Amino acid sequence: MHADPIGVLTGMHFIDGDHACSEGAIAAGCRFVAGYPITPSTEVVERIADRFPCVGGIFIQMEDELASSIAIQGAVWGGKKAMTVTSGPGFSLMMEHLGLAAMTETPLVIVDVQRAGPSTGLPTMPAQADMMQARWGSHGDYGIIALCPNSPQECFDLMIRAFNLAEQFRVPVLLMMDECVGHMIERVVIPKAEDINIIERQYYTGDKNNFELFKPNEHCVPPMVKAGDGYHIHVTGLTHDERGYPDMSVDAQDRLVKRLSEKLQKNADAIIDFKEDHVEHADVVVVTYGITSRVAIPAIEQARKEGMKIGHLRLITAWPFPEKKILELASHVKVFIVPELNLGQMVREVERLVQKDVVVKSIPHAGGTVHDPDEIYSVIKSCQKD
Amino acid sequence: MIRTKFIPSSKVVRKIDPMAEEQVMNAKDTAQENSIQNLLRMDRIPHIWCPGCGIGTTVNSFIRALQTSELNLDHVAIVSGIGCTGRVAGYINLDSFHTTHGRAIPFATGLKLANPELKVIVYSGDGDLTAIGGNHFIHAARRNVDMTVILVNNMIYGMTGGQVAPTTPLGAIASTTPYGNFEQTFNLPFLAESCGAVYVARWTSYHVRHLTKSMKEAFSKKGFSFIEILAPCPTLYSRRNKIGDGLDQMAYYKENSKIENGADTKTVGLDFQGKIVVGKFVDRERQPYHEAMFEHFTKKLGERYVPTPEMKKVYGANGN
Amino acid sequence: MAEPIKGTAVIVTERCKGCCFCIQFCPSDCLELSRQYNAKGYHTPALVHPEDCTGCDMCGMVCPDFAIYGYKLKEETHAC
Repeated sequence: MHADPIGVLTGMHFIDGDHACSEGAIAAGCRFVAGYPITPSTEVVERIADRFPCVGGIFIQMEDELASSIAIQGAVWGGKKAMTVTSGPGFSLMMEHLGLAAMTETPLVIVDVQRAGPSTGLPTMPAQADMMQARWGSHGDYGIIALCPNSPQECFDLMIRAFNLAEQFRVPVLLMMDECVGHMIERVVIPKAEDINIIERQYYTGDKNNFELFKPNEHCVPPMVKAGDGYHIHVTGLTHDERGYPDMSVDAQDRLVKRLSEKLQKNADAIIDFKEDHVEHADVVVVTYGITSRVAIPAIEQARKEGMKIGHLRLITAWPFPEKKILELASHVKVFIVPELNLGQMVREVERLVQKDVVVKSIPHAGGTVHDPDEIYSVIKSCQKD
Repeated sequence: MIRTKFIPSSKVVRKIDPMAEEQVMNAKDTAQENSIQNLLRMDRIPHIWCPGCGIGTTVNSFIRALQTSELNLDHVAIVSGIGCTGRVAGYINLDSFHTTHGRAIPFATGLKLANPELKVIVYSGDGDLTAIGGNHFIHAARRNVDMTVILVNNMIYGMTGGQVAPTTPLGAIASTTPYGNFEQTFNLPFLAESCGAVYVARWTSYHVRHLTKSMKEAFSKKGFSFIEILAPCPTLYSRRNKIGDGLDQMAYYKENSKIENGADTKTVGLDFQGKIVVGKFVDRERQPYHEAMFEHFTKKLGERYVPTPEMKKVYGANGN
Repeated sequence: MAEPIKGTAVIVTERCKGCCFCIQFCPSDCLELSRQYNAKGYHTPALVHPEDCTGCDMCGMVCPDFAIYGYKLKEETHAC
């Protein structure tokens, strides 16, 4: 299905990642945003507040992130595509509702423009330290999808992908940006509406009697309806059966909670996305995501010029983690290098997967600015010596 | 007409009369079903509330209000939070949402804005709506979001075992105030009125007919309407404070409540087992949030304003 | 002279929790707590004065458990 032309600002733009994010949401069909200002994400909602009244959307600035993260869920059940935007401290506040969205299988998008933490940290400076929180931040076992753009263009493109994935799998999707990508101004090309593929929410229209809102199809995804359709649905955060009714039994817990994770594991091939460069015969592979992927490029290219067999794997989907790809590479790669704007988060996933004889090196950074490419280069070169 | 005969607590009927003729009619033999059943999820009844708990009685009044109102029931959505009253959503056979603790109101805000045709009713407890949910309560009232908030006030956190709530009266015992509560309690009608609610009423679970009528009025009121319903919590609040059981509380409500419609909400605060002022206190007009939004953007943007299809359906095309 | 309104009450005994609200608030004093009890051990009400029942449904309105309801009988039929 094509995007609604009313929302699409076709053409070439010179805008930052935050603004590209807003445009991506509008192009994807998002028509409800509830937000709360927090640096460095505020520009996203400011642009939405400006654009929405002219494209048929509703924006409301709520009293806090707790209200924002659940108001969007109300809007989803009222029939809209919805998102909210925040940064670290707000992201922490939203954790309970991320769990609610995962448990009730409410499709929505949350954008986290990461900044240096913990706590108030460095509000105007980048980091990538919310990556594990994105996966495990809410209590209990559940699955989510997290995407990492590395440019304003990708902020636009991945917003559309985020909404599509949310609708396809009835799951909350996180867009893990960082302040650097959010505030960098670059060229963003917005295509024609008919060239933008979006996935519309599929509403069930069958028999109103005995309708089961949480009965999965062959892809582990249940059907969707909205309030007012006459199905008299019940949606609860309590462990529930296929009808949606609370079911306080161990059996129901087993069935439901396992399915919430399996839903994404079984469909991993359709969800996981990455960019590989020279990895097929590489001895060393640098695994990056977000802004760090761009910072690593001069270091990788320099090393390659000097004759190193070095590859670059850029994660576009951080969660679910591309386990198959890492395992495949681990069969011939000798060293994985993982530079991140944190003290080592996604590197743990690589460590978890590879055999003991494969070396995994983390290049941590407490955040506040990006790595110095020379630092990455010297770690790469040190592998040559080993 | 409710009997107004004075019944002192000591004479509350609870005796077992061995000489009485016993005529217990089984439901199967009856010619007529309970008229409220079609709005209950009968496959989930019996419910989890204790003997003598007042929540079920409020639900009774609620269902009767829904059935006799003008509402299209397919367009009614119930949103509740966590707690004993929060379980109401699970028993009503309408689109119902059992959300997180304290956040029923912002969920309802999103739901209403996404589809203004829906009648959104928040049905939750005193701790859920005014402690953890207090912030959302005041902002939704300030914005005058079009919803009806039904707050069952049993003056305690029942579900978790009887902890103190912002509505627990001064001096009352709770599990987290074992020596008595020394915090000043909320005067909920005053809070609602000062935040901007357009309809504010208080009843008790004894006032079943007034409650049903009040709920119907609130449903048709545009804007943030609020009804506080005092209800017994026999297992925790009443037992810990040694004030009898559910029936004793109902008798207390009957004996000690006085209907004062239009009373100044500043004066209707509650003491421990003291006088209860009930009635419709506030009934005023203010533009509801989504209507204000529509008018504002129409005025500011003119032709450029594109309302959502649902808003257009409710308010007509641009400028109408 | 008009016939007095006749009504009846139905008690769903298995759902009753013996709270006695209906007994207390019946305006015609038709209900008493019975000796019988249900599977959960609660003594349920009984319609001991059916001739006085007007079918006002006050019992139904106060019942927290949806375990009793009253209704008006049509003029041709009466509760026996």
